[in-house]
Amino acid sequence: MDQVKVIEIKKSVFDDNNKDADRLRAELKSRGVYLLNLMSSPGSGKTTTLIQLLSRIKDKLRVAVMEADIDSDVDAVKIKNATGVESIQLHTGGMCHLDAEMTRQGLDNVSLDSLDLVILENVGNLVCPAEFDTGSCRNAMILSVPEGHDKPLKYPLMFSVCDLVVINKIDVMPYFDFDLDKCREYVKMRNSNATVIPICAKTGEGVDALADWILEEVRNWKNS
Amino acid sequence: MHELGIVFYIIRDVKKAAEENSVAHISAVVMNIGEVSTVIPEYLQDVWRWAADKEEILMGAELRCNIIPAVNWCDDCKTEYSAVEHGRTCPSCGSGNTWLLRGNEVEIKEIIVE
Ligand SMILES: Nc1nc2c(ncn2[C@@H]2O[C@H](COP(=O)(O)OP(=O)(O)OP(=O)(O)O)[C@@H](O)[C@H]2O)c(=O)[nH]1
Ligand SMILES: [Mg+2]
Ligand SMILES: [Zn+2]
Repeated sequence: MDQVKVIEIKKSVFDDNNKDADRLRAELKSRGVYLLNLMSSPGSGKTTTLIQLLSRIKDKLRVAVMEADIDSDVDAVKIKNATGVESIQLHTGGMCHLDAEMTRQGLDNVSLDSLDLVILENVGNLVCPAEFDTGSCRNAMILSVPEGHDKPLKYPLMFSVCDLVVINKIDVMPYFDFDLDKCREYVKMRNSNATVIPICAKTGEGVDALADWILEEVRNWKNS
Repeated sequence: MHELGIVFYIIRDVKKAAEENSVAHISAVVMNIGEVSTVIPEYLQDVWRWAADKEEILMGAELRCNIIPAVNWCDDCKTEYSAVEHGRTCPSCGSGNTWLLRGNEVEIKEIIVE
């Protein structure tokens, strides 16, 4: 019989990605570019929100969008047609999330040095993207009213990594039992520093506040 | 889907460890998987089989998962309790001043070479 040898490793599978992400963040900092990682369930309104947001900020700073999708390029085309903002598609090749390495490859395809802000629309999913640090300066997520106000309780990790929670589709509030105060309370339980901004991406209601938040964030990132 | 990405990370890490230890074939990889890690061991096994058999060094290698129970710590009464059973509220004193002590690991514990 051959001898059995045990080689101890004791290493989190996320270690390498976390290091890649820290490296990317440091580089973005030195180049003066702010990267926002935008997450949500499928269909909660990431692309619609981006179109509203971009039209409000594109004359105030230089912005590009990276659309991550498992396979299609519908969203990148939509953003470009609706706003004229530079928008590229990243394919994750079947993966349910983006990691720091994939994000870096995406950034190699935008003109980083002539940008202030890059927004990454992550794959629609409340579980996996939260596990993988993309190297972004901040994580944000959109929760839409039909999904229910209890999501921070059901997806604790997602809400603990996000500093901004946008509540979208407030126009349909009358048809659902969504409780905004409860939702705010649950969000605070996961991250006491999180900002909550209710919007309707369909009409643009509330999006000015979102634009102000992001402009302020980019300003602070560049000046600190 | 989530598990697929994780399996790629595991394969990358164990191949590196095998190289450093001059190992030609790995017969098993042992993982510590936390109860609330969001990783589902059965799914992990499925994608593991598919992905590991594509690598010569891992052909036929087994993936073993130790499940680490999720345990919360109460800052007020300094006790541990089951996180899955009781959630954020401490069953001894009712405090919400609690946090996850362990149970979200997705960790490669060791590799076994025969
Ligand atoms: N009623 C209402 N519908 C909205 C609102 N915002 C978005 N929608 C609709 O919701 C659907 C999904 O919106 P998208 O912007 O494509 O959502 P997404 O998160 O980008 O979707 P994926 O990229 O597929 O994950 C579309 O039919 C939108 O028109 C809103 O504020 N109110
Ligand atoms: Mg979209
Ligand atoms: Zn207690």
